[in-house]
Amino acid sequence: MAKEFSTASERLLKKSNRAALKMEMRGKSIVLISAILIIAATISITIFLGTKGLQSFLVNGINAVEFLTGTVWDMGKDGGNGPSYGALPFIFGSFAVTFLSALIAAPLGIGGAIFMTEIAPSWGRKILQPVIELLVGIPSVVYGFIGLTVLVPFVRNHVGGQGFSLLSGMIVLSVMILPTVTSIATDTLRSLPGGLRESSYALGATRWQTIYRVLVPAALPGLLTAIVLGMARAFGEALAVQMVIGNTKELPSSLLDSAGTLTTIITLNMGHTTYGSVENNALWSLALILLIMSFIFILIIRYLSSRRQYR
Amino acid sequence: MNIKKIMLFALTLTMLLLASACGNKDAQGNSQNKNNGAKEEQGSGSIVVSGSSAMQPLAAAAAEQFMQKNTKADIQVQAGGSGTGLSQVSEGSVQIGNSDVFAEEKEGINAKDLVDHKIAVVGITAAVNPDVGIKDISKKDLIKVFSGKIKNWKELGGKDQKITLVNRPDSSGTRSVFVKYGLNGAKTAEGVTEDSSNTVKKIISETPGAIGYLALSYLNDDKVVGLSIDGVEPKEENVINGKFPIWAYEHSYTKGEPKGLAKQFLDYLMSDEVQNGVVAKQGYIPVSKMKVERNAEGKISNVK
Repeated sequence: MAKEFSTASERLLKKSNRAALKMEMRGKSIVLISAILIIAATISITIFLGTKGLQSFLVNGINAVEFLTGTVWDMGKDGGNGPSYGALPFIFGSFAVTFLSALIAAPLGIGGAIFMTEIAPSWGRKILQPVIELLVGIPSVVYGFIGLTVLVPFVRNHVGGQGFSLLSGMIVLSVMILPTVTSIATDTLRSLPGGLRESSYALGATRWQTIYRVLVPAALPGLLTAIVLGMARAFGEALAVQMVIGNTKELPSSLLDSAGTLTTIITLNMGHTTYGSVENNALWSLALILLIMSFIFILIIRYLSSRRQYR
Repeated sequence: MNIKKIMLFALTLTMLLLASACGNKDAQGNSQNKNNGAKEEQGSGSIVVSGSSAMQPLAAAAAEQFMQKNTKADIQVQAGGSGTGLSQVSEGSVQIGNSDVFAEEKEGINAKDLVDHKIAVVGITAAVNPDVGIKDISKKDLIKVFSGKIKNWKELGGKDQKITLVNRPDSSGTRSVFVKYGLNGAKTAEGVTEDSSNTVKKIISETPGAIGYLALSYLNDDKVVGLSIDGVEPKEENVINGKFPIWAYEHSYTKGEPKGLAKQFLDYLMSDEVQNGVVAKQGYIPVSKMKVERNAEGKISNVK
């Protein structure tokens, strides 16, 4: 009986070992293939955008320096001095709305995160968490439409200008990136070791002193990562911004002026231009700038997270 | 570890090469299949129509009616803009490419390869916010308004309101038609820029002192006022007899003479059923009614 059992179990064990080995192999190859596909997709997009984006400089002979620093973007359709491709107004517009919206969203988001983790961890989280998740779920076209219907007339009537302005774009974007900033900042603060808090209290620090002398400095790299991720999202946002910013091709001189961004000029013109034409290639070059910028954002985030002391 | 890394990199590269090779083959295979499909018997097979987003509702409605009659036919109507439509039809990835402008006007398109089928006519006029108090404008003043030389409506006898321009993107067909025939090619000043006609209409109706340009089919209520130009009202009759200057064709392009299902569908688009039905219902002017015609160079002549 005992002998039989041991052989049976041996047999079972062996069989299951072989099966497990097979499963192991299958699982391994599935995840390997997914990983390779993701890498391949990223690399091919980069190569594609690179070749497409460089064509306007290599084939159409647009001067790269003029492209980056020129202030006149004119496809030469209606009179004027013929085509001229200077993307500075859009590059400036993109950076302006990105930094301005981060300026609003960063304090709000980090404030909310501190409230959720330190001040009212139980009920604050219960209310704020679903609210933030709801904000994430709203599609950007809805933000844009609300901005166009509510925000633009409000700015026009109570602040000034036409309403289609950097200000409107910045407000819409800051609401859009708020959830990103808040949720990452919350995670960072929560992952700080409890010993930090306790030792601070033990030394006689008040709650507020603990927060701004101990917790925020300790979480700083993570908080900065939250802000940069929010900025990356703001930089790439097209639809909502397009509906409220006015999409002019001139450098704005004040917050109440209309402006354009890299993304809005692409979405507005892409469908109307024909493949291979100068206009189309110039739009691809704008897309390449967007890609390079998102790489830079990633580099900044990597640098910041390498500096995180507490995980 | 290093060997693993190198292996992974090599594997990635081969995958990439394979993927791109497959992509090419697939594309060729598909277009061949489609061509074969188009050559099949009457009223069957499948074609793809792409292009002008303004024309998309028209083509989609007509395609739906066509497919109800010819149940074996499959016509897909996509919208991607005139440039996309023209590009795709010239490279053969779709059978019909819709466009708001003549193919000759678009750079990078070999118009000689394409056959033009004019489906409908659309009138375009300057539209203002009802509060500005102006219903008629001379072409000279219109040019001054859009080039930024006139900045307030009171200079034209309207209310004391600052003029806000609502433009379309540089490459938009509506813009090029309006600038060419409404502004005699004058350079326009900067203003709020939006692409979709609905958004443009919304902005004009909600912004005090706003002026933009819209197809006549969008002037069906009192939210915006379509301006008469030099005393000529923006009405269908005036476009038909050539009195009103700003109008354009809606084109369907095919690469070479259309064959099979594409030809049947284009014939159907030109039939009285569609011309007096869907075309008129969606606010376009049936091309068969036009008493004048215009060629790619913009020359106007009477229809024989």
